[in-house]
Amino acid sequence: MSQRSHNRSTLTRLAIFAVAMFGFGFALVPFYRAICEVTGLNNFIKPDAPLNTQVDTSRWITVELDANTRGLPWSFAPRQRSVRVHPGQLVQVVYEVRNDSASPIAGQAIPSYGPRIAAGYFRKMECFCFQKQELAPGEVRQMPVVFVVDPELPKDVATVTLSYTFFELNGATPKPAGNGVSG
Amino acid sequence: MSTAVHDHPHGHDDHAHHPSGLARYLTTTNHKDIGTMYLWFSFAMFLTGGVMALVIRAELFQPGLQVVNPDFFNQMTTLHGLIMVFGAIMPAFVGFANWQIPMMIGAPDMAFPRLNNWSFWLLPPAALLLVTSLFVPGGAAAAGWTLYPPLTVQMGMGMDLAIFAVHILGMSSILGSINIITTLLNMRAPGMTLMKMPLFCWTWLITAYLLLAAMPVLAGAVTMILTDRHFGTHFFNPAGGGDPVLFQHIFWFFGHPEVYIIAIPAFGVISQVIPAFSRKPLFGYTSMVYATASIAILSFIVWAHHMYTTGMPVQAQLFFMYATSLIAVPTGVKVFNWVATMWKGSLSFETPMLFAIGFLFLFTIGGFTGLVLAIVPIDIQLHDTYYVVAHFHYVMVAGALFAAFAGVYFWIPKWTGRMYDETLGKWHFWLSFIFFNMAFFVQHFLGLAGMPRRIPDYALQFADFNMVSSIGAFGFGLAQLLFLYVVVKCIRSGEQAPAKAWEGADTLEWTHLPSPAPYHSFETPPMVK
Ligand SMILES: [Cu+2]
Repeated sequence: MSQRSHNRSTLTRLAIFAVAMFGFGFALVPFYRAICEVTGLNNFIKPDAPLNTQVDTSRWITVELDANTRGLPWSFAPRQRSVRVHPGQLVQVVYEVRNDSASPIAGQAIPSYGPRIAAGYFRKMECFCFQKQELAPGEVRQMPVVFVVDPELPKDVATVTLSYTFFELNGATPKPAGNGVSG
Repeated sequence: MSTAVHDHPHGHDDHAHHPSGLARYLTTTNHKDIGTMYLWFSFAMFLTGGVMALVIRAELFQPGLQVVNPDFFNQMTTLHGLIMVFGAIMPAFVGFANWQIPMMIGAPDMAFPRLNNWSFWLLPPAALLLVTSLFVPGGAAAAGWTLYPPLTVQMGMGMDLAIFAVHILGMSSILGSINIITTLLNMRAPGMTLMKMPLFCWTWLITAYLLLAAMPVLAGAVTMILTDRHFGTHFFNPAGGGDPVLFQHIFWFFGHPEVYIIAIPAFGVISQVIPAFSRKPLFGYTSMVYATASIAILSFIVWAHHMYTTGMPVQAQLFFMYATSLIAVPTGVKVFNWVATMWKGSLSFETPMLFAIGFLFLFTIGGFTGLVLAIVPIDIQLHDTYYVVAHFHYVMVAGALFAAFAGVYFWIPKWTGRMYDETLGKWHFWLSFIFFNMAFFVQHFLGLAGMPRRIPDYALQFADFNMVSSIGAFGFGLAQLLFLYVVVKCIRSGEQAPAKAWEGADTLEWTHLPSPAPYHSFETPPMVK
């Protein structure tokens, strides 16, 4: 019966379309990443190109350093609480991390900035947050961050807080205590 | 899918072939049975979601925490949204599609009757998952119906149940859409060209394509949440370089078309009802078809108007603001066409027409507040306030739900062969209309004054309007029990309805079929001139 085969071929085409749209949902992920990369949005864990700028010695910026861990048994702290820098000046600071547990653990640090607007003017040349960090039991690691504060930083910003949070990377999702019913 | 068209050797004997009782409904492949099941299911879900809304309004009756704890309140707002959108409104219009599309195009049944049965029977398990998730440890999903991470990545197993429910509901909609598109494209009676289809059929053809494009994307989004929760992926989890804002982009790529998935079949019902009670053909049929299609296409490029506050570049905000405002043009075409249909018509105001006119007024208000919210600087002020809640309830309740009521009152004589009680129907309309506005109009003021949504407590200055809103909500809820009574009374003891129950109705189900419509109709297709 031709009506039936006609219907079947419509069904097949529509089903293929639905499956393709399911794939399209996943294709939005790399698409979104690419957009962010091209426009420079959310680009916090990639090295910045060194820029050839004058050091603005007329201005001091206080960079406060902060460190947190979430859901993994590491001690994590900066070697100094804050540094005073000139915009345009190449600065190195060091963070120290220790694995307090008896098993090797991999983690990834995610930076954030306060005030939020400072994120766009904080250029990291080198950072431990660019890669995942794997620590053997008891291992201690010194980790440098090399950065330049862009002289274009708005004039009313005198203090920038650079804060890192370490998350565990072994597939497990950090969960708040007492709510993790679903493993 | 075994039989595309029933071939009954003695097909006029209505009751010879199908089992009775529960078995009839479990195994039925008849579009009328399935349409009835969809409608009753959606009404049951409407009451379930309605009770949840009343829990919310009871808590908000006065400032402070009196009735429920904040966590349960959040579960109520989440489940209310999910159940009303996926359990009540969408299945209601699929029910209309099942009953009406074959009759309106002169087809004997849907293209894939067996698939149709499956589409329906996927719904009850999904509803069960949502409702039982209230009783698992940690309670139901409480992150809002939009399921934003990181909350959704952190919650207990109630979230997993909600995700599976969304998967099943999505599958049901996709199968239903495939069936509807195939029926409309391949099974029209000879002579019925696409541009001769009743507008209700057109709106469903477009809606089904929207569903087919949008639902799989939602399925993908919740699948990503699921793998983030249990399989170590990092789509939305910043720990692995994921981004919660990414979820919002994917979700609203589905979410905005979803608004039109709900609204467009409502437009279809209204486009049948208004001409019938104006005793004039629909004004601007062709422009209606093109307006509907352009709304559908535009709906895919405006999603980020839900995300103005996520920190997107100003160029993107401008694009989404202009694109969103552009949708007002085809929507305006539709509203003007409905008004022009009534212009100089010989109007009568039976219950379906009252609901259609109520729709016209209130949906237009909802459309205008949508336009207000499309404007970036205003939206940044009003984002996540009660103004937004008021806006989308004008679109979803006074828009889609009123259209569904109009459709039920309009077609129930054809479905049951009996007439509803006109006096009680009018009572239902006026009570719904007044209490709806009482519940939701004041929420505009609350939002403009800065009351945030999804929070069980509020500052004292919001107390009076919230009390008014809660009283309106309870009144609206009770009015729906009257609707149930009207429908049951109609089925059991309504007066006999003539084949052409409405003087101005002119589609095939009125002109070619008796009331009630026989179990098997149009086994030989009618000729359409
Ligand atoms: Cu939208």
